[in-house]
Amino acid sequence: MEELVQIKARIEAAVPGSKIEMVQNAGPSKQHSLRVDNEHAYDVAKWLRDDPELRMDFCSNVTGVDWLDRTVKKTVKVKKVVDEVEKEVPETTEEKIPGYLEAVYHLYSMTIKHGPVIIRMRTADRDKNVCVPSLTPVWRSAEFQEREIFDLYGIRFEGHPDLRRILMWDEFEDHAMRKDYREPDDYEYEPTPHDEVLEKAKAHYVSRPVLDGAEKISAEDGSVNG
Amino acid sequence: MSERVDEVLRSKLQQQGVWVTSMQELYNWGRKNSIWPLQFGLACCAIEMIATAASRYDIARFGGEVFRPSPRQADLMIVAGTVTKKMAPQIVRLYNQMADPKYVIAMGACAISGGPFKQGYNVLKGIDRYIPVDVYIPGCPPRPVALLHAFMELQRKIDEQKLSGANKAAHLDSEQPSEFPVPAFGKHDLEPPANPNVFHPPAIERA
Repeated sequence: MEELVQIKARIEAAVPGSKIEMVQNAGPSKQHSLRVDNEHAYDVAKWLRDDPELRMDFCSNVTGVDWLDRTVKKTVKVKKVVDEVEKEVPETTEEKIPGYLEAVYHLYSMTIKHGPVIIRMRTADRDKNVCVPSLTPVWRSAEFQEREIFDLYGIRFEGHPDLRRILMWDEFEDHAMRKDYREPDDYEYEPTPHDEVLEKAKAHYVSRPVLDGAEKISAEDGSVNG
Repeated sequence: MSERVDEVLRSKLQQQGVWVTSMQELYNWGRKNSIWPLQFGLACCAIEMIATAASRYDIARFGGEVFRPSPRQADLMIVAGTVTKKMAPQIVRLYNQMADPKYVIAMGACAISGGPFKQGYNVLKGIDRYIPVDVYIPGCPPRPVALLHAFMELQRKIDEQKLSGANKAAHLDSEQPSEFPVPAFGKHDLEPPANPNVFHPPAIERA
């Protein structure tokens, strides 16, 4: 399969106006991906499927990613004149990146037997503007997985034929896979709690009664009276 | 008449061709040897349950081979597998539809406590939050022999049930509930998250 850079260039030539961004994966897998702008995502997906050299006819996996608000600190050494002597002084700049949600598609070709090409789409933020175009019209296999992402991450897929929750019940309001989701507190009975569970279970602990010897202890169940 | 027949007297009478028993014994003997389980499975424990019903382990030896596809005809609910919160109301509803006397075996770590999914958002932390459980089987999943053991424990339990008196069996006591409220789907969790009349977690006292 051709390099991702080449694919990017060919998409930009084939779909005029599309903005494709390379997203580097620093991990050992080096599975770099292409970020597609939401406006042209449908056309880009269609082109990836139909292009005779790529023929990405199989969408094997669709998943969501939740990116919280984050600040990236960058330390750059800047040459400065201090006391008339030129020195290299480290300067830290902070960049605030607002949070967003991402939908990631892993595409393979069954006909040519190559892949994957990974494309991703981003929402504007995590609260209200959580729309990305649905790629179900291009790959039918994305239907349930997009519903799953809608359920667990809260991304709305515009143009999805049947966008309902798929795993949780319809009345459920949260999105369970978001990083700021907190599950309901039902840790009344934890026989062997540890770590985070221990912290949650502590809220339900009954403090041990203080005995001074004057109480009557029931022989049956060990309960303390008086 | 005493509840139990004197064993020595009984064996002597039996040698003479007379079989002495009590109504309670006869009643319990009949019930414990013909327990019809409800045919449903939820997760991997169900595979073990199927193996228990098949020829190698053969639950028919204990009179439990008649798996019924209708709760109306079942005596025993084997909760075999992970109970998700989305499935829990249906389980309670099925239990309510079963005719008395009815029994519940919670099979496997998930059914008794949520198991490895305990900290998840979608798994019920034990079916005993909504319906009374008679026998718990730990294991992930429990082997068929463990289910057979639980089955025998249940038979023992049925054998000890009283037909009258203060400690009579729950299904003979009109005060005891036979149906339990079905939890509703809430905005964040099932409502209520547990039935306080059924679920009594041991209060762990810690300093």
